[in-house]
Amino acid sequence: MKAVKYFKKYLFISLLSPLFKFLEVVFELLVPLVIADIVDIGICNNDILFIEKKGLLLLIFALLGFCCTTIAQYFASKVAVDYCNDLRIALFKNIQSLSMADYQRLSPSSLIVRLTNDINQIQNGLNLALRLLLRSPIIVFGAFFMAARISFKLSLTFLLTIIILLVIVFTIMLISIPLFTKVQNKQDDLAKTSKETIVGIRAISGFNKQDDQLQSFAQKNDDLYNTQLKSTRITILLNPITYLLINMAIVLVLFQSGIEVNIGNLTSGQTLALYNYMSQILVELIKLANLIIQINKAIACLKRVDSVLEIPAKQCGTSPIGQLNDDEIIKFDNVCFHFPDSNKDSISNISFSIKKGTITGIIGATGSGKSTIINLLNKFYSPTNGTILINNINIKDIDDIQLNQQIALVPQKSILLSGTIRSNLKFANENATEEKMMEVLHQSQCDFIKSTNDLDKEVSQFGNNFSGGQKQRLSIARALIKDSSILILDDSTSALDYATEKKIRETLLALKPEKTIIIISQRISSISFADNILLIDNGHLIGNSNHHNLLASCSLYQEIYNSQNKKENHYE
Amino acid sequence: MSRLFKYLKKYFLQILITLLLATIVVLSSLYLPILVGKIIDTLISYNVDFQRLLSLIIKMVLTIFITFISQYLLSYLNNRIGFNCCKTIRLDGFRKLLHLPISYIDNHLSGDITSRIINDVDTLSDGLILGLTNFFTSVLTIVISICYMFYLNYQVAFIVLFLTPLSLFITRFIANRSHKYFALQAGQKGKLSSYIDEIVNNQKLIISFNRHKQSQNDFDIISNSLAQTSKKAIFFSSLTNPSTRLINALTYAVIAVLGSLQVISSSITIGNLSTLLSYASQFSKPFNELSSVIVELQNALACANRIFELIDQDEIVEDVKKTLRPPIETIEFKGVYFSYNKNIPLIEDLSFKVNKGEKIAIVGPTGCGKTTLINLLMHFYDIDKGDILFNGISINDISRANLRENFSMVLQDSWLKQASIKENLQMGKECSDQQMIEACKKCHIDSFIERLPQQYQTIINENDDSISQGQKQLLCIARTMIQNPDVLILDEATSSIDTRTELKVQQAFDELMKGKTAFIVAHRLSTIVNSDCILVMKDGNIIEKGNHQQLLNKKGFYYNLYNSQFQN
Repeated sequence: MKAVKYFKKYLFISLLSPLFKFLEVVFELLVPLVIADIVDIGICNNDILFIEKKGLLLLIFALLGFCCTTIAQYFASKVAVDYCNDLRIALFKNIQSLSMADYQRLSPSSLIVRLTNDINQIQNGLNLALRLLLRSPIIVFGAFFMAARISFKLSLTFLLTIIILLVIVFTIMLISIPLFTKVQNKQDDLAKTSKETIVGIRAISGFNKQDDQLQSFAQKNDDLYNTQLKSTRITILLNPITYLLINMAIVLVLFQSGIEVNIGNLTSGQTLALYNYMSQILVELIKLANLIIQINKAIACLKRVDSVLEIPAKQCGTSPIGQLNDDEIIKFDNVCFHFPDSNKDSISNISFSIKKGTITGIIGATGSGKSTIINLLNKFYSPTNGTILINNINIKDIDDIQLNQQIALVPQKSILLSGTIRSNLKFANENATEEKMMEVLHQSQCDFIKSTNDLDKEVSQFGNNFSGGQKQRLSIARALIKDSSILILDDSTSALDYATEKKIRETLLALKPEKTIIIISQRISSISFADNILLIDNGHLIGNSNHHNLLASCSLYQEIYNSQNKKENHYE
Repeated sequence: MSRLFKYLKKYFLQILITLLLATIVVLSSLYLPILVGKIIDTLISYNVDFQRLLSLIIKMVLTIFITFISQYLLSYLNNRIGFNCCKTIRLDGFRKLLHLPISYIDNHLSGDITSRIINDVDTLSDGLILGLTNFFTSVLTIVISICYMFYLNYQVAFIVLFLTPLSLFITRFIANRSHKYFALQAGQKGKLSSYIDEIVNNQKLIISFNRHKQSQNDFDIISNSLAQTSKKAIFFSSLTNPSTRLINALTYAVIAVLGSLQVISSSITIGNLSTLLSYASQFSKPFNELSSVIVELQNALACANRIFELIDQDEIVEDVKKTLRPPIETIEFKGVYFSYNKNIPLIEDLSFKVNKGEKIAIVGPTGCGKTTLINLLMHFYDIDKGDILFNGISINDISRANLRENFSMVLQDSWLKQASIKENLQMGKECSDQQMIEACKKCHIDSFIERLPQQYQTIINENDDSISQGQKQLLCIARTMIQNPDVLILDEATSSIDTRTELKVQQAFDELMKGKTAFIVAHRLSTIVNSDCILVMKDGNIIEKGNHQQLLNKKGFYYNLYNSQFQN
């Protein structure tokens, strides 16, 4: 377990908490002995001074106990919080270094839960465990040991009771833990339904399907209720059963004491002490049972966190990319790719090269494999077969950071990060000046940013306070401000009207030949001006030439062209 | 609080039984130390009275069993009440969600609403159960044990009465201190969560802009400051228990001394002393529990407020005067004013009329109000001024359900619910499998569905990557075809579909739209040139109106927009 590795640092200090807890327990366990002395010596001899001395001793024990606990609590909270903080930071680091395939497989929402809720559960569990996990067994066995000192014979009843109780407690635990998980899953179901409803409220109202949705929620709600009751029926047995068993044991001990007292083997003070020890055991075992539930939850969470920590970081290259001076700046050689859980190639045997300082268009139907090419170029995924060369170096070997420096991406889904316009631009280039910012905003047609004052306009989470078109333009501006030699636009003008798109096209043309540009689109009009066009169909490269040649020679390209121009011709 | 009582009222009888059971539990568990005390008194000398011992032991066993059974029943009943009550609250919250004005949902984060319905209700349920179980038993235990101690020995009782509440003060004192850190911690936790939410959801962005180091740094800072606060919060709050234990131990010591002196002066027996001592140690338990219950309850009530805030939101109020009956012959916007934010005007004095069978296209730059028009037409939002008339009936006089029956929408974000493809397709209207497959064929999605492992029974999941955006859109179009409504609304309905497929689907679309009224929003002008009327919108106003040819002849905004796509 990798998660355990991070605990090594705290191993010594983590022992301090149980140690001081142990001292506290010792003081607590001495109390019934003192009481027995008071009864047997003080009361019997009418020795008031003795009683008062012993009373003072009890007070001192109480104070010492308090000091020990305070120290124990301090170390427990320190270790629990510091360890979990280390764990959280390590987990975040590991998540950031995951390969895209692992990242998708684990799903972002699940990773988020691990970083937040799961770590919190571990922290609570560890804190409680350090404080109490040792305390309860120490008290239980300490009480047993003390009882044995008073009467070995009677202490056997104690031992038997403890064993029976432990068996029962663990049986209940084993039954109830899977039920807990079930309850958790049912809650997840409800959350999903409610989220789905919020997102689709327009569609649901449009179809007048509120009742259906309510019914499906109500059904899952009932499901949750029934599962809760089912798990409750068993877990709530824990306390009453402990109570029942311990008290029955007390009855037995009292009866046995009766026999022993009768033959003079035991005093009434000792009986009182035995009873007190039994009561202490009762209280502690109930605490322990509740504690174990918590710890079980924490262990389940630790396993979830650990499963992410165990995943090795993605393979990074080390070769420097060097000056991008090769003429064929990007080269695909027989590249194939399929997603891990699929056996059908997303792209197969694709070969092409891109010359430095040119504009390349990539066109094809949805699901044809256009975005896969971009995923491979950004090293989000690695080709399952074939090689990709950048500046004549295998992409596999290139230093990831240097590669990313050379490529600026405008993703298909334009997302901004919370902050300001300025912080979003700085995200791409820390050293960007205001002039440069205004320049790229102008180039990307962000006409809603009129002056440098607007740079401090707030951007809410995911950029939701901007319209789809505005987000796309800002996301283009962000890519432009990055000091890169390759610019990739992944279907990123879909929400723009023609006039705006045209102006952006002009900007792109002006960037040539300083930047090598790749544009992905479904529309011929968005890429027809490119120096070279790659036509992808069903994962295969069908055409690789310029607009005019393709129009003249490629039937699929003609078909697409006609599909996009036919209506206009028809109606004009 | 009073809102919560309203929900609990239904369980009046059950709560009464709970109280009765709690009384039994308290009485019997307090009776036990008395019995033990009596037993110890019989064990004073060598000649133990076994007859008496046996009868006392039988009483003890009976008492234990009574406690056991009533304790179990008590927690079972309390859990039931808590779960049941929260089930109702959760359902009410969800029901509210479906009947809220859409503006509420648009203006709140989906995560926040979900967390109210799920997490907050969960915390409430925990607090409620704990409160029901412990509050009454704690109070009762305190009262009864004090009374009995007074009966046994008023001096000892007075001491207990004075010393024990000290622990309450200490608890209060600590709670106030730690509350500060807990509040701080809650804020930092929220900050950390939203940071995580943003970064983890946008890994591709982080990678391609080489931002790992910065984001790790930012994360470390937030995480470390959270850790500092957490440590303090946990440490201070964890002092509560030892402090009450300290007070308890002090009380215990005092009673031991005083009680023993009383035994010497023969005013109580050793058995009585044992009872007193065990009461003294039991006495702190209800105080402890009471203070933790109060903390829990505060937390639960805070959560209750959040969910009730949702439940108490004003629902859409409908004043239905008339019924809209198909066919819809006319739709008329008459001097309509509308804006989302009352300070920023959007749509002003908008008027136009549509007759049955006409195709209306709405075009214009982003943010011009195209989607707003649809929000108004479907009555997702109320208009501020003016009227929208269907067959001459005001939109405010008919129910939303009645209005929407006559419409079918294909929206920009294709929404499919987590259910089988079949259920999704038949959402608008039930139909035979034959008809369903027919519709899918027309939308060219049938071969894709048939290749799926369970074909039409395949379940669509939340973030299904195996179905592309375009394929989802095709499913939504098929759904609309099955529904076959009077009026169609297509808001960028084919934006994710490649053009060749779009062309093929277009045929089916044309067939579907034959004789029907349709509103088409698109920024790709090629899809709307054959409309009967094109509304060109800018900044909330219709600036041009007419068919394609008329607008081209006008050589205005539309002309420029249209021609921009041919200038390379």
